[in-house]
Amino acid sequence: MTDTNMARAQLAQGEEAIIEFNDVNKWYGDFHVLKNINFSIKKGERIVVCGPSGSGKSTMTRCINRLEEHQKGTILVDGVEMNNNLKNIEAIRKDVGMVFQHFNLFPHLTILENLTLAPIWVRKTPKKQAEEMAMHYLERVKIANQALKYPGQLSGGQQQRVAIARGLCMQPRIMLFDEPTSALDPEMIKEVLDVMVQLAEEGMTMVCVTHEMGFAKTVADRVVFMDAGEIVEANEPHEFFENPQHDRTQMFLSQILNH
Amino acid sequence: MTIIFKPSPSLPPPVTSVGAVAWVRQNLFSSPLNIFLTFFSAYVIYLLLPPVIQWAFIDATWEGTSKASCTAGGACWAFIAVYFDQFMYGLYPEAETWRINLAVIMLVLMVGAFAIKAVNKLYLSIAIIVVYPIVAYFLFAGGVFGLEKVETSLWGGLFLTVLLGVIGIVASFPLGIVLALGRRSEMPIAKSVCVVFIETIRAVPLITILFMASVMIPLFLPEGLNFNKLLRVLIGITLFSAAYMAEVVRGGLQAIPKGQYEAADAMGLTYWQSMILVILPQALKLVIPGIVNSFIALFKDTTLVYIVGMFDFLGRIQAANHDSNWLGTTVEGYAFAGFIYWAICFGMSRYSMALERKLETGHKRN
Repeated sequence: MTDTNMARAQLAQGEEAIIEFNDVNKWYGDFHVLKNINFSIKKGERIVVCGPSGSGKSTMTRCINRLEEHQKGTILVDGVEMNNNLKNIEAIRKDVGMVFQHFNLFPHLTILENLTLAPIWVRKTPKKQAEEMAMHYLERVKIANQALKYPGQLSGGQQQRVAIARGLCMQPRIMLFDEPTSALDPEMIKEVLDVMVQLAEEGMTMVCVTHEMGFAKTVADRVVFMDAGEIVEANEPHEFFENPQHDRTQMFLSQILNH
Repeated sequence: MTIIFKPSPSLPPPVTSVGAVAWVRQNLFSSPLNIFLTFFSAYVIYLLLPPVIQWAFIDATWEGTSKASCTAGGACWAFIAVYFDQFMYGLYPEAETWRINLAVIMLVLMVGAFAIKAVNKLYLSIAIIVVYPIVAYFLFAGGVFGLEKVETSLWGGLFLTVLLGVIGIVASFPLGIVLALGRRSEMPIAKSVCVVFIETIRAVPLITILFMASVMIPLFLPEGLNFNKLLRVLIGITLFSAAYMAEVVRGGLQAIPKGQYEAADAMGLTYWQSMILVILPQALKLVIPGIVNSFIALFKDTTLVYIVGMFDFLGRIQAANHDSNWLGTTVEGYAFAGFIYWAICFGMSRYSMALERKLETGHKRN
């Protein structure tokens, strides 16, 4: 562990939880998709969530900004409870950026307009200032020269980097990634992961659903493994990969690492 | 030794795939069936076109005072020429028709101003949507600034047709959008109100609604609370068209991927912000063909006001056909009506195609 990482880990230890799941349960009709989730994430922590499809990892992540509603238990984000209170939801969504598997850029707006939309309308930032900020983040994801194009004119990797920049433009305290590289061609995965690694190094609180185990090993503070709606195991990456406690985890790791 | 990969240079396409000759070959003579259809169509045109030209132009009579002046055997366009003002303005006083012309010129100029870069589009839109209708109303109705008062019962002809069409279109469009959003809403009361409204109106013929508006409503309203028949008919047409518009727009809303709604929600936009900024611009663009379809249908449906005693463009032509001086000019009257309706509807359809191309941002690739 480098010095900065050490310092960050200590900082993270001292901080209290920014996201807290207490006994969270969720059903889709009869289907019990999240079962007794108890988990907390500290400020600055990088969490990677993995597991087989249908295990509830996306659903759990999407509960954090209430794209999904849970029916039982409590979720606290930044000390605010996620319930039906619209004010709470809007307040939290301002501070939580999200990146989706299918990018979900707005195809009728240019890249620049995609980035400035939320700052202008939600944060009430003056247009000029919002554009400057947008260009700053586009530089960071290395596509400033595409600012006036439309999403349909960009490659998948470029679109996903725009989506990350769009999330950052709201200057969020937490970034959620829902399988950000799953819809990309192999050649483009790296450019997106590079941006995410850079973001992690700057100390952003990140919750990332992904199957990129390399990313998990280098970046994550903790890896969470889910199956059938439950958290099976959560551990530091080194321990998680070298010494999985649970046989279900072992099986999952052998499936994805041995080919 | 490593071999360096160099992509081969791009070459121009073969001459047979571009240009006029290639177009003719591909579109007219690409297969035996196509060749047959090309020659068959050419033969049909050869049979039909010359007689029509003969009738409409070569043998036509352009001036005269009654059917008796039309002796050349072709079309009697003198009928249209004599009645032209009535077809355009109905029974609107002749000395006052400049008011209608002025309003039309104003509208054309204002809409045309959109093409000028220096003009503030927001102010222009407000001027057209808010200021213009008020100015136009006082121009048409009169009674202020020394303008002679003209009762709405005198309004007619193409003026009335366009008035009904334009107001019906402009008013039913936003109403239809609200109804479509309401129908997809999660609020049970808003949703059921919209569903009941849409399903009721769609299940009733327009003629019924027009009868309701012109005959039934005055019966139910208390004495002294009655309002203008033209306004009642306009409200009827607007509500009718809005129900159809709502379903067209709903189709567009359903075609927008769930991810767009989620992305808008996730960045903290409110419901109305996400609808106005993200969802509707995409949904409406998708259903431009359906929207224009509804508009064209509405424009032509306005002729039904003839049933409740209002003489629109077609109504005026039919009335003129009964003039004893001009008996036997039905064909000319309907040909003229058909041409004007076609020109207006074709214009709308071309405009919608141009709009679709302009709004294309290449997202179909995904």
